[in-house]
Amino acid sequence: MDILPILRALVRSKTGAILIGLQIALTLAMLCNSLSIILQFGERMRQPAGIDEANIFILQTAYVDDPPDIKARLQGDLAALRALPGVIDADTSITLPLLGYGYNEGLGLKPDQKFPTATANVYHVTDHGLATYGLKLLAGRWFHPDEVIDLRFYANVAPASIVVTRELARTLFPAGNALGQQVWFSPTQSSRIIGVVDSVAGPQRGGSESMYLPEIPLNKSANYVVRTRPGMQAAAMRAAPDRLYRLVNDRIIRQVLPFSGIRQRTFQLDRTVSIVLAVVCALLLVVTACGIVGLTMYWVARRRRQIGMRRALGARRIDILAYFHTENLLIAGAGVALGIGLALAANLWLARSMELTRVSAVYVCGGALLVLALCQLAVLWPALRAASIPPAVATRAS
Amino acid sequence: MLGYYLQMAVRSLRRNVALTALMVVAVGVGIGASMTALTALRSMSADPIPDKSGRLFTPQLDIWGPQRNQPDSGGNGDRLPTGLTYRDAVAFMNAHKAARQAVMYAVGLYVRPAAGRPLQAQGHAVSADFFSMFETPFASGGPWGQKQDDNRESVVVLGARLAARAFPGADAVGRTLNLGGRDYRVVGVLKPWAPLPRFYDLNSGAFGEGEEFLLPFATAVERQINTNGFESCNETPTGGWEAHLNSSCAWIQFWAELPTAAQVRDFRTWMLNYAAEQRRLGRFHWPPRVALHDVVDWLVYNKVVPAAVRAISLAANSFLVVCLLNAVGVMLARFASRAKEFGLRRALGASRRNVFLQCITESILIGLLGGALGLVLTAIGLSGLRQLLGMTDPASAVHRLIALDTGMVVITLAVAVGATVCAALYPMLRASRVQPAWQLKVE
Repeated sequence: MDILPILRALVRSKTGAILIGLQIALTLAMLCNSLSIILQFGERMRQPAGIDEANIFILQTAYVDDPPDIKARLQGDLAALRALPGVIDADTSITLPLLGYGYNEGLGLKPDQKFPTATANVYHVTDHGLATYGLKLLAGRWFHPDEVIDLRFYANVAPASIVVTRELARTLFPAGNALGQQVWFSPTQSSRIIGVVDSVAGPQRGGSESMYLPEIPLNKSANYVVRTRPGMQAAAMRAAPDRLYRLVNDRIIRQVLPFSGIRQRTFQLDRTVSIVLAVVCALLLVVTACGIVGLTMYWVARRRRQIGMRRALGARRIDILAYFHTENLLIAGAGVALGIGLALAANLWLARSMELTRVSAVYVCGGALLVLALCQLAVLWPALRAASIPPAVATRAS
Repeated sequence: MLGYYLQMAVRSLRRNVALTALMVVAVGVGIGASMTALTALRSMSADPIPDKSGRLFTPQLDIWGPQRNQPDSGGNGDRLPTGLTYRDAVAFMNAHKAARQAVMYAVGLYVRPAAGRPLQAQGHAVSADFFSMFETPFASGGPWGQKQDDNRESVVVLGARLAARAFPGADAVGRTLNLGGRDYRVVGVLKPWAPLPRFYDLNSGAFGEGEEFLLPFATAVERQINTNGFESCNETPTGGWEAHLNSSCAWIQFWAELPTAAQVRDFRTWMLNYAAEQRRLGRFHWPPRVALHDVVDWLVYNKVVPAAVRAISLAANSFLVVCLLNAVGVMLARFASRAKEFGLRRALGASRRNVFLQCITESILIGLLGGALGLVLTAIGLSGLRQLLGMTDPASAVHRLIALDTGMVVITLAVAVGATVCAALYPMLRASRVQPAWQLKVE
C-alpha cells in the first residue's frame, strides 16, 4: 500500500486530522497517568496491615467520671471482652495499624547520639498483644505479664524490654543481630530488644518500622482491640457494648468498628480518586472513539464519488478498507507520539505534587498500543461502509 | 431576526437528530465531568472567611531548631511546627501586639444530657477574642469577655446541635451544663457555624462539623483538660501536666487580627525579636526563624486540598478539552455538509454576518442543551462523589461542601455555552466564507 497519496489527501483536509490527533494525544496522556495513579493507589490500598485483619474489631470507649481505679476497670473490661463467645483475645492500645493517628519515637544505638538511628511507630501492648493482633513472632519471645508497666499521661518511662518489627530490626542492626541488643530512647532511657515480629503497617500509611512497648495506657478513653474466631465477629461486635455497659453503665461507647472499616476509612480518598479516574478514562475512550467514527463517516460521505471511481477503476474492497485504516494509523500514530510527550510532561508534575513514582515505560507503551487498537477498531465500521460503496456511484451521479 | 435564526436553528438541529445528539452528549458529558471536579475543588479550597481572610494571621516559630529529626507536619520542608508551645502562646497573648488575638486548642469532653446516656462532644478551648475575630454568629446570648478569661470562670458557648440535644425545646442561655464532670454556665448559643475548611485548627480535622462547645482557654488549662487534636513533640515530656505546659510540644493555635500592612510588619518584627530574646536566654541555640501566614496562605501551606483532588480536576478538565475537540470535529462536518445551504442563502442576499449569526445561534442552542445535560450529569456526579466519600447525611455541614449552588449552575451553563461557541468558531468562520456561486455551480 502506497502511503504517499494518503498523506497528500490528509494534508489537503488537515483540520479534521489535527482535531483527531490532538484528541488521541490527550487521551493517551491521561490514560497513562491515570493508569499509573490507579495501579499505585491500588498497591497502597492493598498493603497488608500485618495483623489478623479479617477477625479484628475495635471498640472505642470513655469513662465519664474520673475513676481512681482506672487500671482495675480497664482490666475488668478486657476480661469481660475476652470472655465473650467467639473471642480469641482482647487488648488495649492507643492506636492500630492504618488507624490514622499515632506517634513515633527516635531510637539510638548509643545514649548520647545527636540524630537517632531510626524513627519507629509506637504501639502499646500487654502480654495479650501477640494473640490479639495475630502477630508472627520471628525471633525471641513476647512479653510476660510482669513486664507490662503503666503508661500515664506525660509520665513516660521506657520499658525494660521491647519487641520490634523486622524492618525496624534491620534499620537498627543491619547485620541481623537485633535480638538482645540495647537501644536508647534518650540519654537516660534504654530498652532491650527481646523479640522480632513480622512486618506491621504504621498507624499512618506506609512505614513499617514499628515497635511494641509493654505498656498499658491509663486514660479515661480507651481503644479496645478484640480478635474473634472466623465468623464470630458480627456476634461479638453486637454483644460487646451491652456487656461493657453492664459492667459500668456510666460510660460512652463511641464506636465499634471492624478493621475492614478502618481500612476503608483510611483509604477512602484513594479509592474515590481511583474510581473517578477510571470512570473518566472509560468515558474518554468512548468519546474519542465516537469522534473518530463521526469524522471518518463524514470523510467517507464526502469522498463517496471518489471511492466509487476508485472501485470502478479496479480497486478491491480490501483496498478501500486498507486506505481508511492506513489513514487512521497515520493520524493516530502522530497523536500517540505527541501523547507520549504529553504523558511524560504531566507525569513530571504529578510525580512531584503527589509523591508518586514516575510512570513506567510499560504503561506508556501499553497505553499507546491500546489507543492505536481502539482507533483501528473505531474506524472499522465507517471503512466497511466505504468499502461497500458500489462502483456504479462513479457513473450514476451528475 | 433572532426569532428567525432560532427557528432555523431548531429546524436544522431536528433534521439530523443523531448528529445533534452526538454533539449535545459530547458537550454535556464533558461539562458534567469538569464541573463535578470543579465544584469539589472549589468548595475544598474555598476561602472559609472571605471578608476577613486577608487580615487574620497565624504565626510559626522555630522552636526545635535544626536538630529536629521527625517529619514536619506542615510538609513544606521548612520544618516549622504548625502550632505554638503553651509558653510561647501565653507570651504572644501577653504581648498584646494585635488589635484582636486568640489562642485555642481542640478538646473532647463528655456531656450529660437531661436524659439518656452521656455523649462525647467535640469543641475548642479558646480565649475571648475568638468570637469577635472570627465573627461567630450567635442565636442567643453572646460571648464571654476578657474578665471571664482572667478569672478562669466556668462559662461555655454551645454549638447549635449540642444546645438542641442537651436542652431540647428551650433556650440554653443561663442554664448549667455538665461537661467532663464539671458544671458550666451557658452564656451563648451559636447559630449553625462550621467554616470549611476549619482554617483556625487545620491539623485537628479540616473538614468536619461545627464546634459543639467553646470554653475558656485559661479555664481548660487550669483544669488540665488535654487536647484531643493536633499535638506535635520533638521529645516526649515526662512529669505530668506542668511539664507538659513547659515542654517543647506544639499544640496551640494562635491567631491575630492585623488590619494593616504596617501592623503585619510590626508583628513579624516583634516575633523575630521574641525569638532572638529566647536565644539570648539560652532556650534556642539557633538563629531566629519565624513565619506569618494569612488564612489563604495557611490553607495552601497545610495542603488542605489533597494533590489527588487536583489530579482529578486536571483529568476532568483534559476530558472537557477532548469533548470540545470532538464537538469541533462534529460541527465542522455539520457545517461543511451544509455548504450548499449556506451558498444558497448567500446567493439570495444573506450577508456573511447573517450566515455567521445563524451558525452562532445554532451553537448557542447546542451549548444550552449540552449545559442542561451537563447540569444533570454534574448533579449525578456529585452525588456519586458524596457516596464514595461517605458524606451521605444531608443535614451535615460537609454535605454542603460538595453540592451544587446557584452560582455553580450559572457557571456551568455559561461554561457550556462559552465552550461550545469557542469550539464552533472555526467551523462557523469556514461556513460563512462559503463562496455562493461556487457552491451552486457544483453538480
